[in-house]
Amino acid sequence: MAGLMAGFGNFTHAVVRAVPTSLAKEALRTNKLDVDLLKAQREHELYVEVLKHKLGLEVIELPADESMPDCVFVEDAAVVCGDTALITRPGAESRRKETEAMKKVLSDLNLNIVEMTDESATLDGGDVLFTGREFFVGLSKRTNQRGAEILADVFLQDYAVSTVPVTDGLHLKSFCSMAGPGLIAIGSSEHAQKALKIMQQMSDHRYDKLTVPDDIAANCIYMNLPSKGHVLLHCTPEEFPESVKVFEKLKDHMLIPVSNMEKAKVDGALTCCSVLINKKTDV
Amino acid sequence: MVLCQVTMLDGSQFTCEAEKRAKGQYLFFKVCEQLNLLEKDYFGLCFKDNADQKCWLDPLKEIKRQIRNGPWNFSFNVKFYPPDPSQLTEDITRYLLCLQLRQDIASGRLPCSFVTHALLGSYTLQAELGDHDPDEHRTDYTSDFQFAPNQTREMEEKVVELHKSHRGMTPAQADSQFLENAKKLSMFGVDLHHAKDSEGVDIMLGVCANGLLIYKDRLRINRFAWPKILKISYKRSNFYIKIRPGETEQFESTVGFKLPNHRAAKKLWKVCVEHHTFFRLMTPEQPTKAKFLTLGSKFRYSGRTQAQTRQASSLIDRPAPYFQRTSSKRISRSLDGAPVISVTSDGSGPLGEKENGRDPALELSSDSKDEDEMPGDGAAAATTAATLDSAEEDAEESEAILRKGFNAQDLDKTQDDVLKHQASISELKRSFMEATPEPRPSQWDKRLTASPVTSLRLQAQGKSPPRMETFLPESKDVAKSADNKQKSEAVAVATTATQPVVEIEETVIVEEVRKTPKPATSAIPEVHAAPTTEPQAAAVAAKEASASSDSESEEEAEYHPQITSVSVEQIKEEPEEEEQEEAELNKQQHQPEPSPLPQPIAETDPEPEPAPAPSQPVIEDGTPDTKEDAQPPMEVVEDDGIVEEEMMVTPEEAPNGYSAAEGQGLGSLEEEDQEPRVNGDALHVDTDHLPQVICCSEPPVVKTEMVTISDTFAAQKTEIATKEVPIVHTETKTITYEAAQLDGSGDGEPGVLMTAQTITSESLCTTTTTHITKTLKGGLSETRIEKRIVITGDSDIDHDQALAQAIKEAKEQHPDMSVTRVVVHKETELAEDED
Repeated sequence: MAGLMAGFGNFTHAVVRAVPTSLAKEALRTNKLDVDLLKAQREHELYVEVLKHKLGLEVIELPADESMPDCVFVEDAAVVCGDTALITRPGAESRRKETEAMKKVLSDLNLNIVEMTDESATLDGGDVLFTGREFFVGLSKRTNQRGAEILADVFLQDYAVSTVPVTDGLHLKSFCSMAGPGLIAIGSSEHAQKALKIMQQMSDHRYDKLTVPDDIAANCIYMNLPSKGHVLLHCTPEEFPESVKVFEKLKDHMLIPVSNMEKAKVDGALTCCSVLINKKTDV
Repeated sequence: MVLCQVTMLDGSQFTCEAEKRAKGQYLFFKVCEQLNLLEKDYFGLCFKDNADQKCWLDPLKEIKRQIRNGPWNFSFNVKFYPPDPSQLTEDITRYLLCLQLRQDIASGRLPCSFVTHALLGSYTLQAELGDHDPDEHRTDYTSDFQFAPNQTREMEEKVVELHKSHRGMTPAQADSQFLENAKKLSMFGVDLHHAKDSEGVDIMLGVCANGLLIYKDRLRINRFAWPKILKISYKRSNFYIKIRPGETEQFESTVGFKLPNHRAAKKLWKVCVEHHTFFRLMTPEQPTKAKFLTLGSKFRYSGRTQAQTRQASSLIDRPAPYFQRTSSKRISRSLDGAPVISVTSDGSGPLGEKENGRDPALELSSDSKDEDEMPGDGAAAATTAATLDSAEEDAEESEAILRKGFNAQDLDKTQDDVLKHQASISELKRSFMEATPEPRPSQWDKRLTASPVTSLRLQAQGKSPPRMETFLPESKDVAKSADNKQKSEAVAVATTATQPVVEIEETVIVEEVRKTPKPATSAIPEVHAAPTTEPQAAAVAAKEASASSDSESEEEAEYHPQITSVSVEQIKEEPEEEEQEEAELNKQQHQPEPSPLPQPIAETDPEPEPAPAPSQPVIEDGTPDTKEDAQPPMEVVEDDGIVEEEMMVTPEEAPNGYSAAEGQGLGSLEEEDQEPRVNGDALHVDTDHLPQVICCSEPPVVKTEMVTISDTFAAQKTEIATKEVPIVHTETKTITYEAAQLDGSGDGEPGVLMTAQTITSESLCTTTTTHITKTLKGGLSETRIEKRIVITGDSDIDHDQALAQAIKEAKEQHPDMSVTRVVVHKETELAEDED
């Protein structure tokens, strides 16, 4: 009988997808950087390892599809909250097919599936920040107003859904994420700070902020697991030494640095690589 | 007598009689008494208007005038949803809130997900039926309840499942759990209104405890917390909010919304005013006496604020009252396990309930505690001028006496006695509950009577009287202006301050825009029914005591939420105030209490003002000191005066019990004090200064509000500035009368601008722009206040009276200043302005 909004960060399952070889050459990217495929694959394996063994989540691993170079970034394909999963309509046309496998696996998990069928709507899961109390949807290159509206139709019932313009960067979560209950990790760039201001203005709730020097480092994965307590997956000191120092101030968190160097080259952040689900076995 | 039907939250009907001329509060109190509800400020009565729209019954107005020809049918509802229901004192209040929320949820007004529906439903079952009993509670026992707008079998199963898990929870605990979950819903307590943004896109405006929310479809696209909002106004069917500039912005922006009609705009405005006052302020804004013009909606929230009601309820000290739950007929238990009055479910018919409702166990507080426990009241009363607090004090006194009597009495008195006594207790209870919100006169008012300014202002006024005789009735369509200039005695006042010489000057520009008669609105009869016989527009000029222009017929109004810091301060400071002892309170009469003293609305308004434009600003704006120190006294006057003007409440709208005593008392005091003087002034001028025409030019421009209508993505996009210029054909004439005497203020050496502020306030029929500049010129400090008042009226305005009143009030507001110029500019609209 968990009350509304109880158990933020509590997950039991994770859906991930393997890295296709096509990622190195064909995956969409905002910067023209070369990706070391093998390194990227190793990174991803480590990521899955952490979820599976270190944290004990039940990880469902989808096979890579070479025709979908971005398919490793499963987060964009679905937004899951509670028992409801919204299958998105990704903003990049080349990624639309990624949702098919996602839809299948989520319905196999007995989630209530809602599909975004509206042809005028686009939404990437990377633009959806769920704070435990409400949703913020970044209006970005990939996500439009209509997409946000549909998300609101699905989730508004319990949660407020507010929009935030993403003026720079790929996704809303390219520069922010939740680092704890009521704690938003945010990058230091001007547009990140501006977006945070807007979120604070739009919200009835008060959030603490954790400002990290590097925008992309602000993308971390927070979990609150029954056996582990507060867990935070964040960037490694090799990537962002200064930002790591900030995370290290979180004394109550179990901190797990996870390398994301290669995937970051194709704009993949930590949260991008998994869809986390809380599937209560009890009532 | 008329029969009133009230639908209660549990669906039952309550019938009672009311006198034809009874006010809303009469019925409301009847209902609360029936419910045995003490924390009633969260609730209200609704009725349906002609357009089948739900309206709140104004407690201070006659019921008959509000419902018009409609039936005397009402519903009892939650008006202000407490954001934290656990802070309510009594279980019965929480229970009623639960009932309201169940209605809201079942009707779909409060959307929630399947899971939440099920969870809330399960608490409802626990509260109503108690523990799940496998024998008694067969599969269909849930069908009597509606948990969701479209309840499915699946949901009912889930509800039952969860119900089983609540074993052992008392009804009160279940209610609390219900509320703890419901309060987190994103639409909890949000009052939605349909509107369009500047681009004509359908949006929803939601008013809640924290501010104003903007939704497009179901997306929240913007949010304006109360502290961000400087002004709320409406004009015809437009609704405007003026937003405090952000850290990086220089100017405030105004966001406009289009409501379906004027009525909707006004309704939204009222809801905003009420919510802001209830949730943000310590005390409701009080009626004020000295104001410039009294046109426009004087509507203000008249009840108690949340802070006040919490304070009052903290004094509730009665055993948890018995109340019957709708379906279970079970006895409620209080959370803390207080003993339950044992009434068997069979015997607890309405009669039993009622008797119980009058349970004499109510003891508000012990006598000895009284002083300490009602410090708010005490402070209010004590700081109030002696004449003002009588009403409340009487109430308190009688209450104390009654209570003593009760304590002394023994239980062996006759049944009759007991009943009588109960009646008096309940009366007393009511008077107590009503007594608290006594609007306190603003600190300035109090100071006014004590400070030396008062005496000086008499002198000051004697010398600089505007000529009012020139405004002849037949000149109605001719604009004119009079100008008088004079150095005032106020100089003397100011010299007591640090500045060597202070020259004070006040410019009053009264602009009137008169429209051709418009189609009478439905509200007009009300105007006539009001004590004043003046037509609505003329009421502008009416003395405040009779300024009763009915709000229904108002076209526009505005409301300046008090600046955040003020309200926060108020709330913070209150407890301190409470602790103050009598002796200290006396002192307070001379020392401005920090709380009710509004801070000046320091704005840098981009609006160009034809004001003296001295060279460079040296100081942005001095925050006014709440203490009388080096500041020239009139600064406080200005600030206060302006705010007062915006915060006025007509005595009529003040609650009965004390308003008559206080508001009217104030009014009459005022009049005795000042009225003759003004008359004297006028005569005086007539002989002394014959104004001469100086100019007769003013372009035929309709004074319109210039608004930046930014679309609702205000935070996200750059604003689209638009000028809203209604196409109105007008006839314009302006005549400026200026007094012969000219002082050197406007010319010659450029002074150093010390402060400049422009305050615009709008109300239904008036727009007042106050421009205050302070300049320093070679050791001379000069304060110039320019007021531009646009009066919009659709019936004949008594210009003489309006002007006279305007001038009078200007002087009352700034007693130590002189009126130097009066420009009357009049426009007659030829085309009818559709609504």
